[in-house]
Amino acid sequence: MSIKISFQNVTKTYFFAGQNSFNALQSLNLDIEDGEFITVVGPSGCGKSTAMNIAAGLTTPSSGQVLVDNVPVKGPGPERGVIFQQYALFPWLTVRENVEFGLKIARHPKMERRRIADRFIGLVGLTDFADALPKTLSGGMKQRCAIARAYAVNPKILLMDEPFGALDALTRVQLQDQLLATWEAERRTVMFITHDVDEAVYLASRVVVMAARPGRLHKIVPVDLPYPRTEEMRLSPEFSNLRNEVWRSVYHPATA
Amino acid sequence: MSATMTEENSKASTRPSLLSRPMGVLAINVAAVVAGIALWAAVTTQGVVGLPTPLAVAHQAVIQAQNGLLWSDAAASLGRVFSGFALGIAVAIPVGFLMGWYRTARGIIEPYVQFFRTIPPLAIIPLAIVTMGIDETPKIFVIFLASFLSSVIATYQGVVNVDKTLINAARVLGANDFAIFRRVIVPASLPYIMVGVRIGLGSSWATVVAAELIAAQSGLGFRMQQAQLYYDLPTIFVSLIAIGVLGLIMDRIVITLDNTMTAWQEKL
Ligand SMILES: Nc1ncnc2c1ncn2[C@@H]1O[C@H](COP(=O)(O)OP(=O)(O)OP(=O)(O)O)[C@@H](O)[C@H]1O
Ligand SMILES: [Mg+2]
Repeated sequence: MSIKISFQNVTKTYFFAGQNSFNALQSLNLDIEDGEFITVVGPSGCGKSTAMNIAAGLTTPSSGQVLVDNVPVKGPGPERGVIFQQYALFPWLTVRENVEFGLKIARHPKMERRRIADRFIGLVGLTDFADALPKTLSGGMKQRCAIARAYAVNPKILLMDEPFGALDALTRVQLQDQLLATWEAERRTVMFITHDVDEAVYLASRVVVMAARPGRLHKIVPVDLPYPRTEEMRLSPEFSNLRNEVWRSVYHPATA
Repeated sequence: MSATMTEENSKASTRPSLLSRPMGVLAINVAAVVAGIALWAAVTTQGVVGLPTPLAVAHQAVIQAQNGLLWSDAAASLGRVFSGFALGIAVAIPVGFLMGWYRTARGIIEPYVQFFRTIPPLAIIPLAIVTMGIDETPKIFVIFLASFLSSVIATYQGVVNVDKTLINAARVLGANDFAIFRRVIVPASLPYIMVGVRIGLGSSWATVVAAELIAAQSGLGFRMQQAQLYYDLPTIFVSLIAIGVLGLIMDRIVITLDNTMTAWQEKL
């Protein structure tokens, strides 16, 4: 398989007033294969979002580079869809208009825009709310709208920053299964950040564990569970072993 | 403890029932106004404060409405407000966007705006009259200044406060700077702009009346100033009430406009 995203010695240093500086991310090297689903876990402040934003082209690295399809990232682009933790829906647009946003930017004709948008709105189960404003949606519905909006421009890569962090346990599990189902059908490359070790193991083919101060890659835990993943798998001994392994390396990086 | 709690709860649940109905609040509003006028009538018929009675004011209002003075005065004042205000907003919005979007523009414009903001627009009137004469120009200019200064800051604040994640969301969907401006910055700052418009209209109205007191041949402020010379208290009252009512109506219109244009906002 080919490498889709390649972090090459990516370092991000923030400079503060005076001589102070802070290494948010230090020499990150990571290759993500085409069609792979990786999750990233690590303590707060270890540079997960920083790494993702650099891949998205929203942040420039202090040194090193990220290659996507062997081309250095220079800025954001519609082939890399981003789903933010804070939903980031445009509050003045309806669900459908939000989903059509990227298509409008790409100058798709009106009818086609509508057709594509309605397809993805259906996929995330928001058909009855297509004309609703974001303020009338629940958190889970907002996040599904954001997912539909990202899918609509047909990105080859999905970068997701704790997308399900603010959701209740049940909605979260439902969206996880939905995400996996679409991923298996379309095989996009997914980089998924989470705080939830359970979620990290359930979704990923590899879990990337990071450590803080300075933010760096700590360990990669391969998840040798077959897809499709099922709710029964969550209860299996293999699953709990993997979860324990990830848990230990996140919370006790020194002894792991 | 628990007994008082339940008592308070039941009180709390019954109390809003009258207020929660819009008609209930309106009824209270009307009653308050009627009571106020009654009090005014009571005080003035006793001759306590030497002010005209509500009846005398109403009589004067009818006379002025019939001879057309009331309408022509109102039209003159409104005309000045709208020309100055429209100009002010038309200039303030693009300038505010420039200030919010370009650091350089902000650096150049902000000191002037901040300086002139501390000068009450009325304080400009003497200068405006000396340099622009006594016709309509100085009045409209002062109103322009009043509405421009209040709206430009609001627009600028709106642009600066646009949620960065919304801009990033647009960028990752392929939007360039122009698309971001048109599809994110403009709609996102609209609520701020509307606040500026509302404040701008209020200060324009206040300014026009004061400007007419100083130098004008028509308008509600001019009428009051004339009436003052003849101790014509009913006319002063008619003008004052007309100023208040018109100001209230304009404010309501802007609020309604704002509510429809920014209905998407999450209001607490
Ligand atoms: N603009 C900035 N200026 C200065 N420091 C920053 C900036 N952005 C991030 N940092 C620092 O970089 C470090 C990594 O931040 P980052 O947001 O990537 O963490 P994270 O792993 O995503 O954490 P969390 O799990 O809490 O979201 C943090 O310590 C943060 O304080
Ligand atoms: Mg983060």
